[in-house]
Amino acid sequence: MSDGAMLVEAAERLIGNRIDDAAMRRARAGEWLAAEWDALAGMGLPLALVDEDAGGFGVAPEDAFALVRLTGRHALPLPLAETMVANHALGRAGLPLAERAAVLIDGADLTVSAEDKGWRLSGTAARVPWGRDIGTLVVVHAGRVFRLDTGWAIAEAGTNLAAMPRDTLAIDARCDVAGTANGLSALQMGAVIRTLQIAGALERVLELTVGFVSERVQFGKPLSKFQAVQHDLARLGGEVAAAGAAADMAVEAFVGDPARAALPIAAARIRTGEAAGVAAGIAQQLHGAIGFTAEHRLHWYTTSLWSWRDEYGGQRYWTDMLGTATFTAGGAGFWQFVTEAA
Amino acid sequence: MDMIRFANPPVHDGAEALRHEVRAFLAEQIKGRTPLDRSESWNGFDRDFSRAMGARGWLGMTWPKRYGGHERSAFERYVVVEETLAAGAPVFAHWIADRQSGPTLLKFGTEEQRETVLPGIAAGVTTFCIGMSEPDSGSDLAATRTRAIRTNEGWRITGTKIWTTYAHRSDYMILFCRSGDSSPADRQAGTSQFLIDMKATPGMTVRPIINLAGQHHFNEVHFEDALVPLGALIGTEGQGWAQVMGELAFERSGPERFLSSIQLIVELIRALEGSESDAARAAIGRLTAHLIVLRRLSRSVAAMLEAGENPSLHAAIVKDLGATFEQSVPEIARTLVDAEPDLASTSAFCAVLANIVLNAPSWSLRGGTREILRGIIARGLGLR
Ligand SMILES: Cc1cc2nc3c(=O)[nH]c(=O)nc-3n(C[C@H](O)[C@H](O)[C@H](O)COP(=O)(O)OP(=O)(O)OC[C@H]3O[C@@H](n4cnc5c(N)ncnc54)[C@H](O)[C@@H]3O)c2cc1C
Repeated sequence: MSDGAMLVEAAERLIGNRIDDAAMRRARAGEWLAAEWDALAGMGLPLALVDEDAGGFGVAPEDAFALVRLTGRHALPLPLAETMVANHALGRAGLPLAERAAVLIDGADLTVSAEDKGWRLSGTAARVPWGRDIGTLVVVHAGRVFRLDTGWAIAEAGTNLAAMPRDTLAIDARCDVAGTANGLSALQMGAVIRTLQIAGALERVLELTVGFVSERVQFGKPLSKFQAVQHDLARLGGEVAAAGAAADMAVEAFVGDPARAALPIAAARIRTGEAAGVAAGIAQQLHGAIGFTAEHRLHWYTTSLWSWRDEYGGQRYWTDMLGTATFTAGGAGFWQFVTEAA
Repeated sequence: MDMIRFANPPVHDGAEALRHEVRAFLAEQIKGRTPLDRSESWNGFDRDFSRAMGARGWLGMTWPKRYGGHERSAFERYVVVEETLAAGAPVFAHWIADRQSGPTLLKFGTEEQRETVLPGIAAGVTTFCIGMSEPDSGSDLAATRTRAIRTNEGWRITGTKIWTTYAHRSDYMILFCRSGDSSPADRQAGTSQFLIDMKATPGMTVRPIINLAGQHHFNEVHFEDALVPLGALIGTEGQGWAQVMGELAFERSGPERFLSSIQLIVELIRALEGSESDAARAAIGRLTAHLIVLRRLSRSVAAMLEAGENPSLHAAIVKDLGATFEQSVPEIARTLVDAEPDLASTSAFCAVLANIVLNAPSWSLRGGTREILRGIIARGLGLR
């Protein structure tokens, strides 16, 4: 087994052990899981996507992205994926890596002005993942990357449907140095991690649902013997397969030439966003009322799916982007466009 | 849930070079086809076109050279297939033969069958049809009642096949029927496949069935004590079921399972471009995303076939997702453009919309119905 695959396995074990039901409940009640974060950071996971020459430890990108997928599979209530991608951006920009949890945001709505040999960033950043808990904010703005360790305040505390912090920040920060972005926008990098997390969570949702309908007996037989149930599960399986392949495509795009990444990332994000909704609906239906309780872990995954599909650009944003590109190719160029996109 | 993971499709540079050759060929070869013609998808039938494809070496591409093949990769074949379908080329005269009948003969046929038939397929002159369905045996293929009885002069066949697409213009059929007895414990036992010469089989008659769209594609093929040579048996007597299941994996995962309505997407974009609304951009962006992902899934299955694996679960997933996608297109088009569908319309959009609306119901029937595919997927997921 490769080192990377071993790392993924070790991370899976660690997350499985540490993020038990009790930890999940604490996180969902608003607690920052400090000890669990330290354990993950202790394994070096926040650096897994950083290039070796920028302070990473040589994890192959496929393995690093397998870790991101894992955070989805476990609905990990910590910003590991966010920190991985934020550190990736810092490393590529030649900036020092984050010491604590970090989040990458799109700075398009911020005002960035030159100020004696540096920059000033000001404005509002909406719904920043774990805004209240992070140590570093990485802002991508007009091809530049800024690393902020201070200079923001919480303007409005919020959560997503999975009860994870999504805080609106008022930013007024001074930055001495900036790096050059890796060619991908913050939304694109964020979309790639959400796509992988959706794919990971969907695999878990499918397992839970197959397990449930195989055990639950009604009318004297397991639910899995009813054809209507089988067909819904087959549909769920199709969505999970499509989302999984879309996520792999997003990884290829992230790793490959940034100039060719926009379309496959958009397509992957659109397809997984749709799969998230369809699949969550089927899984909730087949679990019956028990799945609708706070007791049942299914909702950790479905509420995460319902949140992730709207973060780092919603369904409208991405379909509009890909639709605009398709119309630019036009009817006559449609097929060529499709074959060249991904 | 590793069983439904689709491996990353490999990149094949040669295949991409070939794509440009195929596009250039098609641009010239089918320049006269109207949008309505192109929306026929794989039902367009033109022997001249198929011969031209054969002459370019684009049929039987993966087969050994000694049978007229070209020993190229499955990915190169994939490119040829998707390019011809996307362009709306009239492929039927080689379609079934190149896709499944030829591969079946290559795998199970006798040397004589291979030598007589395969070179003609590769040249684009030999056309095949599929004799599986019967009036009382559709989804339940093992319920076949057509029977072949071995005699000294040959096999005597009696029974009726139905929905046999292009039986009336085919040179051969691969017939699936009963050649022995089954038992309640093994309903699939006692079945075999035969190579039927559609031009010279006494006792066989072909009658047209007109489809919902007013076209003659289907037929009923009746065998009345029809005599075929002993050498017509394909593979092993009694192993018909296993053989036919292998054939279905080739039949279910290709680009034809999600490209049936591509001409309508093209006409839809043409009808909207220049003044597209937000809703149009969102809808087209979504369709493009689906198509990109379906292509990826399908190319992944092609890689599995090339590696000699059995992707029947993956193929069922591609076909089910693909048919759902294809069938959604006319409904989406209607929400974006106000137009009355009419095959005789001078508007390309209206004519193509009509043809697609009329043909769409068949896409989740042919090649295994949606319900049957979902049963296969459920079994693959460990249910049942
Ligand atoms: C355009 C087209 C071309 C075709 N070309 C050919 C051809 O060339 N050669 C050939 O042999 N056949 C051909 N077919 C036939 C095709 O393979 C059959 O239509 C198909 O297998 C279904 O069989 P059936 O029509 O008898 O429907 P049935 O099997 O009678 O099914 C009717 C309905 O009941 C459902 N159903 C059946 N069994 C079950 C079950 N166990 N559980 C749940 N639902 C079930 C089906 O899904 C379907 O919705 C073609 C069909 C079409 C539409």
